[in-house]
Amino acid sequence: MRAPLSWVREFAPVDAPVAEIVVALNQLGLEVEGVEEPGREIAGVIVADVLQVIPHPNADKLSLVDINDGTRETRVVCGAPNVVAGMHVPFAPAGATLPGGFTLERRKIRGETSDGMLCSAKELGLGEDHSGILGLDASTVPGTDVREVLGLDDVVFDIAVTPNRPDAMCIIGVARELAAHFGLPLTVPDAVTARDPAYDGDISVTIEATDRCPRYLGWAARVTMGPSPAWVQQRLVKAGMRPISNVVDVTNYVLLERNQPLHAFDLGRLPGRGVIVRLAKAKESITTLDGVVRTLTNEDLLICDAKSKPQAIAGIMGGSDSEVDAATTEILLEAAYFERMGIARSSKRLKLRSEASARFERGIDPDAVATHAARAMALLTEVAGAGVAASAIDEHPTPFIRPHITLRTSKVNRLLGTKLADTDVLAALSPLGIDVEGAGDAIVATPPAFRPDLEREVDLVEEVARRVGFASIGRTVPKPQDQIGGLTRAQQERRVAADALVGAGFSEAVTLPLVGPSDLERFGAPTDRVIAVANPLRAEDSALRTQILPGLLRAVATNQARGLADVSLFEIGRVFLTAKKGLLPDEKLHVAGVVTGSFHRSPVEPDRPADVYDAVDALRVLLDALEIADLALVPASPPGMHPTRAASITVNGVSVGAVGQMSARVCDSLGVSGTTVAFELDLEALLDAPRRDRTFVTPSPYPPAVIDLAFVVAVEVPAASVEGTLRSASGKVLEDVHCFDEFISDALGAGRRSLAFRLRYRASDRTLKDAEVAVLRQQGIDAVITTHGGELRA
Amino acid sequence: MNLAEAQATLDAGRLEARGAIEAATSIDDLEEVSRRFLGKRSPASVANEAIKGLSADERPAAGQAVGAYRAAVTEMIDARRGALQGAAEAAGAEDERLDLTLGGHGQVRGHLHLITQIQRELEDIFVGLGYRVAEGPEVEDDWHNFEALNIPPAHPARSMQDTIYVQLGYEEQVLLRTHTSPVQIRTMETSEPPIYVVAPGRTYRNETLDARHSPVFHQIECLAVDRNLTMADLFGTIEAFVRQLFNDDSVRTRFRSDFFPYTEPSAELAVSCVFCHGDGCRVCSHTGWIELGGCGMVDPNVFVAVGYDPEEWQGFAFGFGLERLAMIRYGIDEIRTFVENDVRFLARY
Repeated sequence: MRAPLSWVREFAPVDAPVAEIVVALNQLGLEVEGVEEPGREIAGVIVADVLQVIPHPNADKLSLVDINDGTRETRVVCGAPNVVAGMHVPFAPAGATLPGGFTLERRKIRGETSDGMLCSAKELGLGEDHSGILGLDASTVPGTDVREVLGLDDVVFDIAVTPNRPDAMCIIGVARELAAHFGLPLTVPDAVTARDPAYDGDISVTIEATDRCPRYLGWAARVTMGPSPAWVQQRLVKAGMRPISNVVDVTNYVLLERNQPLHAFDLGRLPGRGVIVRLAKAKESITTLDGVVRTLTNEDLLICDAKSKPQAIAGIMGGSDSEVDAATTEILLEAAYFERMGIARSSKRLKLRSEASARFERGIDPDAVATHAARAMALLTEVAGAGVAASAIDEHPTPFIRPHITLRTSKVNRLLGTKLADTDVLAALSPLGIDVEGAGDAIVATPPAFRPDLEREVDLVEEVARRVGFASIGRTVPKPQDQIGGLTRAQQERRVAADALVGAGFSEAVTLPLVGPSDLERFGAPTDRVIAVANPLRAEDSALRTQILPGLLRAVATNQARGLADVSLFEIGRVFLTAKKGLLPDEKLHVAGVVTGSFHRSPVEPDRPADVYDAVDALRVLLDALEIADLALVPASPPGMHPTRAASITVNGVSVGAVGQMSARVCDSLGVSGTTVAFELDLEALLDAPRRDRTFVTPSPYPPAVIDLAFVVAVEVPAASVEGTLRSASGKVLEDVHCFDEFISDALGAGRRSLAFRLRYRASDRTLKDAEVAVLRQQGIDAVITTHGGELRA
Repeated sequence: MNLAEAQATLDAGRLEARGAIEAATSIDDLEEVSRRFLGKRSPASVANEAIKGLSADERPAAGQAVGAYRAAVTEMIDARRGALQGAAEAAGAEDERLDLTLGGHGQVRGHLHLITQIQRELEDIFVGLGYRVAEGPEVEDDWHNFEALNIPPAHPARSMQDTIYVQLGYEEQVLLRTHTSPVQIRTMETSEPPIYVVAPGRTYRNETLDARHSPVFHQIECLAVDRNLTMADLFGTIEAFVRQLFNDDSVRTRFRSDFFPYTEPSAELAVSCVFCHGDGCRVCSHTGWIELGGCGMVDPNVFVAVGYDPEEWQGFAFGFGLERLAMIRYGIDEIRTFVENDVRFLARY
């Protein structure tokens, strides 16, 4: 909210420097987001009286205006059409300064000397009106500084009020906080409302929904519609509201000053001269002030006329049928207290927020409804010539009971870590309007009705903290007594996994877990367990990812679009699948990686384009870092991957993910060009897998026996299978076996290839004899031929 | 051969060896010289043979003389060998020249995402203070994200959060967590106090990605619950943490009253600008202070929601955004930078 200091000072004589006030408000939790001094840039602009206006001899659209500025008579050239003799205007003489740092000079305009200029509202920084010179009130004295006349010698604080403090959403609320802080009195004069004996002003008020409307005050008045006077308009403008008419301005004025939303119905357009407060019927509709037809539910509260026709959505917005306008002669002023949650729900459901609804849903002062209504009537008498009906109809079926809260000084100190005396506690609370009695641990505090946030002891402890200041609270560092800090094994291993991939040349990406269902579909990922977003802002963000890779491929596309062709990325993040049981999804922690482009090696050796073995390498590094005992790649066609260049990753016989070259079609659909390889696996499943045995084995000091064996087998037989066969056929003395050559030739027969393996045998306790090695060799050959149907290559 | 004669043989041999060593012009020559003066028929060998015929009191002196001879000749040979090798290498080096500035085999290291780096740094600071790292699901139910945190339906505080809801359960029951605070609830629901944890993680807002908005960002949240934790403990812990984070004892903290439904009293946390030290600069919008996050004492309603007795237990919580911290530290001005994954950005940190 915007609080002009001049308005605040009407209730509390705050005379501290602006900077100190800002510090105080901030400390109190009323965060100052901005400080405006609207007149700060204006200097030397004064009131002048227009003596005569004569046409400019050399220009059709200009006039020569003779003025009296209080000390002398002078002449300016002016282009505005609205200047007439007798008008009081803002005059910026040569040497004066206007907003924007513009300083005037005496100069000739089309041959006539102008001693400065007359100003429009816009030129003074008062809104956008540039249609003519700003007319000042006839009572203003020539020579007076216009900042004084226009109320620009002021400071406006723009305050962000937290949702728990409805009381601070008004001028008096801000004044109360500042008065308490600076030890000043807060003075709110009683409104004196004269009644019009000649006006009958009978109306009726019926509350049907008493739980939703604990209090409704209606009060009739005769009014003369028109603009409100300058001082009301200026205050509204400074507080950020647009002046509309005297009656509407008064309702807004009281809203800003006292936090009481008011509504003025045109009583002449309210059939039956009364209101009924009731719940809407389902599908009932009303046209609100903004001209929109709103369809309601049976949980929305209505203000209806006495014939039960809707005239306003209670606490949110008035209806257009009974809106006051220039023809209005009689009003029904509404001052009410509506139940908070009801307003909040309706406002949310209707997507309709207003100054009134924001206040009702946070909670206004139910006890002050009549006082505030009286203030409004007093103002209407002053600015709209109101004739006020003898009495208001104040229906108050559910009186508000102020809570009595027991406050323990010991609890204050135990929670804040302070050593306050009970007198400190009492002194902190009473200036806020909180009635306090008792002492020690038996203080009874009764918060005022305008503080709905104060319900519990702890709420009062916060008030004490706010008032004594956080600076007066100590600083201590507690240490947990019964635990040792640290990461869990899973958390540590997540770091290990990330570090391993970083070491392998991959950079970590963070992609959005929101995807378009079409992305998943194009990717070929299963869609049966996809979770849809209920309120997506864009179709591209309308589902939760079930895999990381589509997002990573999008990141590749982004880089490629920026001319960055060589990309190695990985991500560790959650994916989401509908739960097999329970409400919340199955969240799985996946790790995925993607490589595309080339590895720069030139000129030392030729650059190497990425291929599927780069993904396999990354996987090996990852599994080695995690000490996974058993990894197997089983040829497969996982979704989104090349049909013959991909494999399923299995650990201990269970598939945990896939690795391979991405299908060209999928890459294309995600905007990725060039050979792109990838892997994705379930990291938690991986971490559950058996780990390498860490028991120490003495490295054998005996010499090894190394033999090579080449087999011709069908191309579908994976090298890893043959290797596995050799391994299991050789027993413990096999120290290492690996495929070192692949050879494909027509001479081997169609669909066949030669795979050559190097086997290194070594015994732990002796040098192996040639005869032993020969036996081992034959065992290996026999096993491969039996298992894979291959033959030994001569 | 007596002792004097043996000594004379060695002396002569040493003199002769010096000449031969200096005359050697290749490693092969030198090996030949070495055999001649240290090998089987060398003066050392001859002298050694002679020692056997000497009296017992003369033998040690003779032995020492042989040792001295060997050491001297070996040293001369080694020195000459080094010189010859150096000369040979120098002669051949021109043919073996490699330009080490050409590059390499292309072995590179990747980079952790900046947010991960910061997250680890923060986790490690708290681990140092004795905390553990807690985690929870990113898709949450209304209870954990709002209700148990003292944010009932239609509470004005809900309008502070633009929530992404998913189509599970009844309307607006399941959502992407809007903050890391539901981890507080889950931690307290599943363990008995005392509790000292930090919960880092991804959080979500229903915003379209642009320079200032991102649907995904990261927070870290600290929760401590014990019998007598006070607001002074909260402030003290934050100050200790901040000094460690910025590695600067001169960083000041500022607490201002604020509102969060799940803490009471609540405060906003700001630190003195680490760039201008309070003088005012672009990073701190010329205020001298950088708002970092929120903090407060755990609201009794939160304790009741998880079944703790608020009379017995007191606690504090504070949290802030990791992207914001990174943006402040490194002058990053667009939040979308963190999810674009431009490899130039990733490689910079």
